[in-house]
Amino acid sequence: MYVAVKGGEKAIAEAHRLLAEDRRGDPDVAEIGTDQIASQLTLAVDRAMAEGSLYDRGLAALAIKQARGDLIEAIFLLRAYRTTLPRFGYSAPLETQDMLLRRRVSAVFKDLPGGQILGPTFDYTHRLLDFDLESPGEMPDAESFDADVVHGTVPRITDLINNEDGMIEPDVRSDPEVEPDDLTREPLAFPADRSLRLQALARGDEGFLLALGYSTQRGYARTHPFAGEIRFGMVEVEFFVEELGFAVTLGRVSVTECQMVTQFRGTPTQPAQFTRGYGLVFGQSERKSMSMALVDRALRRAEFDEDLVASAQDEEFVLSHCDNIQATGFIEHLKLPHYVDFQAELELLRKIRRGQDERNAAQEAAE
Amino acid sequence: MLICGKAEVMAEGQARPGIEDERQSAMRIFSLAPAEALRSAAQNVNKPAYERLRGPETGLVMLRGRTGGGGEAFNVGEATVTRCSVRLASGEVGHAYILGRDGERAECAAWLDGLWQNPATRATVEDRVLAPLAAAIAAEERTVAAKSARTKVEFFTMVRGED
Repeated sequence: MYVAVKGGEKAIAEAHRLLAEDRRGDPDVAEIGTDQIASQLTLAVDRAMAEGSLYDRGLAALAIKQARGDLIEAIFLLRAYRTTLPRFGYSAPLETQDMLLRRRVSAVFKDLPGGQILGPTFDYTHRLLDFDLESPGEMPDAESFDADVVHGTVPRITDLINNEDGMIEPDVRSDPEVEPDDLTREPLAFPADRSLRLQALARGDEGFLLALGYSTQRGYARTHPFAGEIRFGMVEVEFFVEELGFAVTLGRVSVTECQMVTQFRGTPTQPAQFTRGYGLVFGQSERKSMSMALVDRALRRAEFDEDLVASAQDEEFVLSHCDNIQATGFIEHLKLPHYVDFQAELELLRKIRRGQDERNAAQEAAE
Repeated sequence: MLICGKAEVMAEGQARPGIEDERQSAMRIFSLAPAEALRSAAQNVNKPAYERLRGPETGLVMLRGRTGGGGEAFNVGEATVTRCSVRLASGEVGHAYILGRDGERAECAAWLDGLWQNPATRATVEDRVLAPLAAAIAAEERTVAAKSARTKVEFFTMVRGED
């Protein structure tokens, strides 16, 4: 029988000291600054903010440094930090048509009003390692640009096509508007409405959603998706302040939005039209926003009277497993002492074996 | 039920005319200006005597989006926000709410909001702080828009065959 003993404190302190040493790495190499992470590992910062569900580039950079680049650990740190802050309230919904665009592409219309803007993308790169980056280089050439270009409202493709006979499912709002449920205030309950599902997906694990989105393309709940529009850029955040009686602008955040246009549906009263899936994610992440949109569409199964045939359509399965902090917690808890549990199982197994031995012996004696 | 288009969004945004609208625009400029630019522009006016009523304190605002971009609201994730309220010796109460955790920046924006409300100092704030900040913000927007515009695809149409 194992008897629990104290005595881990010293080992734990030493393990944390060793962790700090490994985090710092070779002392002959300059220490990385959080400002360097924030400005040069921007997509890692974006992912930590999106899944940490906390928009703050400086905090995300700090979390990434502390986590030694382990993004899920960094996300964990951000989720823990947010619980220490008071909640001031809810912003007005972001107006993505007013986005200061850095990228905007559509795979369904070549000549869409506002144009196809490639922006800072890995697309069309050859995916060959660039060994020039091994040594510090020059800044890229300062480009000349047309100073007359102005930023204005650019309608989303789904609004543009809707001007033509409602070919795409329109956005619908209740009147008066309903307050969406908030996962951070109340635990997830099923059935979840679309607002709650989108909140869970927006902070869900990119890899999990990528795999589920991919599964729908491979035939597990096929939705025939088209990337109607993907846009990335900065949007202003407005917040209604009680003591002022009006909304103030808090600043700008960068977000990626994906409009997936999918399989058409019709009813006796409604002519057939394309349906939609939606993705909106902090920072620049097309992979995540596209995956989110695919999964959002698959989860609208009941609305469109589609058979439940695949995991991506099962809201309880998707929403209960998309959070990588919950998943990590439950998987990694297996490392914690289970000495007593295990001893109990061991004892049970011994009993089973003794019983079996006795039965075998009795049988042999009988023969 | 309401089918949403852009027109309604515009109408909501334009609902409040007058002085409140002007103050809202001024506060927007204080929030959008980079921290360094705000600090340096604030040095163009005399810092008033004031007392802190609240903060600066950092908290969270849950950011919302809309399903499909224009539908029902949903919660996307939180952002850090720092707020500050001050009362100037001349009586005005200035407020600021700015993304991030920079208390000094929020405090600076709060006393600038106070100065803006005082008719005696409004013109000075507009000329020496708001005007240069608005110009800097507009220039930065133009730079982003112009850099993006350089990556705009110009399609060529190939003519094939005789017809």
